[in-house]
Amino acid sequence: MTSAHLHAAGLRRDERMERWRLFGLGSPALLLVLVILVIPVGWLFYVSFIGADGNFSLENYERMIARKSYSRIFITTFQVSLLTTALCIVIGYPLAYFMSQLPTKWANLCLITVLLPFWTSLLVRTYAWLVLLQKQGLVNQWAISIGLWDEPLKFVHNMTGTLIGMVHIMLPFLILPVYGAMRSIDRDYMKAASNLGASPRRAFWTVFFPLSTPGLFAGSLMVFVLCLGFFVTPAVLGGGRVIMVSMKIVSNIELFVNWGAASALGVVLLVLTVIILWIASRFLKLEQMTGGGH
Amino acid sequence: MSDKPEALPITVRGVTKTYGRVHALDDVSLDVKSGEFLTLLGPSGSGKTTLLMVLAGFTRPDRGSLKFGEDEMIRTAPHLRGVGMVFQNYALFPHMTVAGNVGYPLRLRKMSKAEASGRIDRALELVQLDGYGERSIDQLSGGQKQRVALARSIVFEPRILLMDEPLSALDKKLRDRMQIELRHLHEKLGMTTVYVTHDQREALTMSDRIAVVNHGKIMQLATPQQLYDRPENQFVADFIGDSTFLPVVRDGQGVRYGETTLQMDAAVPDTRTLALMIRPERVRLVDGAPEGMNILNATVTELVYQGESYLLYARLNDGAEIAVRGAIREGTFSNLPRVGDAVKLGLHRADTVIIAGEGA
Repeated sequence: MTSAHLHAAGLRRDERMERWRLFGLGSPALLLVLVILVIPVGWLFYVSFIGADGNFSLENYERMIARKSYSRIFITTFQVSLLTTALCIVIGYPLAYFMSQLPTKWANLCLITVLLPFWTSLLVRTYAWLVLLQKQGLVNQWAISIGLWDEPLKFVHNMTGTLIGMVHIMLPFLILPVYGAMRSIDRDYMKAASNLGASPRRAFWTVFFPLSTPGLFAGSLMVFVLCLGFFVTPAVLGGGRVIMVSMKIVSNIELFVNWGAASALGVVLLVLTVIILWIASRFLKLEQMTGGGH
Repeated sequence: MSDKPEALPITVRGVTKTYGRVHALDDVSLDVKSGEFLTLLGPSGSGKTTLLMVLAGFTRPDRGSLKFGEDEMIRTAPHLRGVGMVFQNYALFPHMTVAGNVGYPLRLRKMSKAEASGRIDRALELVQLDGYGERSIDQLSGGQKQRVALARSIVFEPRILLMDEPLSALDKKLRDRMQIELRHLHEKLGMTTVYVTHDQREALTMSDRIAVVNHGKIMQLATPQQLYDRPENQFVADFIGDSTFLPVVRDGQGVRYGETTLQMDAAVPDTRTLALMIRPERVRLVDGAPEGMNILNATVTELVYQGESYLLYARLNDGAEIAVRGAIREGTFSNLPRVGDAVKLGLHRADTVIIAGEGA
């Protein structure tokens, strides 16, 4: 029998066709990524190396190193991001744990309430906090009326306000992956630990917590990275006293029309974010961030 | 594992657990003797697992008493009960190595590193996994996981061992081998063992005694042989082995099936309705009327070749169908009667068992 009768060539062609069809399905998205991501980011890099006189120069980067205000902005950005992440962990982890122990029906209800803010505009939520927290806001009025404190406290236009707003907005990003990781922990693990002699506390720290850390890492990383580039909430609730990199980028463009300086800041932020993700990926598999199993 | 840990008897009294209106456990009392291998056998949802979970402390019953030896345990937290347990899905900690898993109960007991590692090695040796200590859990096959789970549950020398369908995830060959191994291990270690399964053959193979559970009640507690040969009720007779039931009536001292007065060795239960239990492998095709045999006339309706045995269905004159199973050797299959042939079925008086009829 010759190979022709075994349809080898035809079968190979079918295989190739199948692959092309699969690629065809992905091509609109690939095109989109190319147009709105690869080209603009390349452009960003290019612009950041153009000086005020229109020629190639490193002045945009030199300024960042020379001026102290820039390093302060980066420190603030990292500070706010780290604090927000830490607060999200402190608030979100126990909540996720609580949810993971509920029967599915109740857990889903909780999940909806956690997700509910997602369906409200970021801007609306941020201004809502402004209304609640300002000097004559609901919180101060109420607290003074029942005598918790006498003078209105300053909750907004400072670090406190920024953190309150950002934690509120970032919390779901932490809770969801943590909850997902916790939900996938077989309940028999805890039973087994207990059966082998572990008190509930020991069982939690030796079995449950280590198994939930992939979700915790993923959530923390997500919150931290999102915080690094956050604009609306710190701009509104920080009242100009908490200046993060994104805000400096905006002012560079709007106030000074300096596209080069803004681009350089953008590049630095982008590179820092990529470095952080790269370091993180060495400690955890990135597929765990998207919930792709243990 | 040098010395046998002292085994403990288990005493269960009046344990009841309801979920809504369903009785998962209905006033269950049970004595497990010290060092005994007792199996809870029943269909799914019968309450056998609930009972095991009560023993382990993971299910809180509505009422009842549970003693390990002399100590009341019903309100004791699971981690203070000191019983070993093998879970159905093994529940091995995926973030620890094999040695980490087996050593876990020893670390909790603050055992010194040297002593713990000796114990871990011995436990792994016992389940024939020596040298596997540094493997991670996901590198193991199903059978190996099962062994690690077993090693982990006995390494701290519990005096009671609980097993929840530990072999159900294994393929048949491995399961058969593990049944024998578990049995040997039990003989070696001698701890009181309560084993849950829905597999009647597994229960018959391994157990000293079997408690057949249904609807939250123990239907019969007996040795495998008693359970198979002298079931006390139709549920047990039906659940263990294949059987056909023929309605029979009391006739003076004896029992009559249709016009045939049955000869039998066993006693007749003292209930209103009675049934004759017929197991396929206890029925024989006979010629004439051999001594000690009850004879039933029938017509062959179906003949099936099943490799090691044949299965023949025959209809009695009253319409009831009886299965007959026989070994195939020396070409017996070709000499068997064919569909439509009239046959005489013989049931020896030793195999003639009358049980309480349904609804008695």
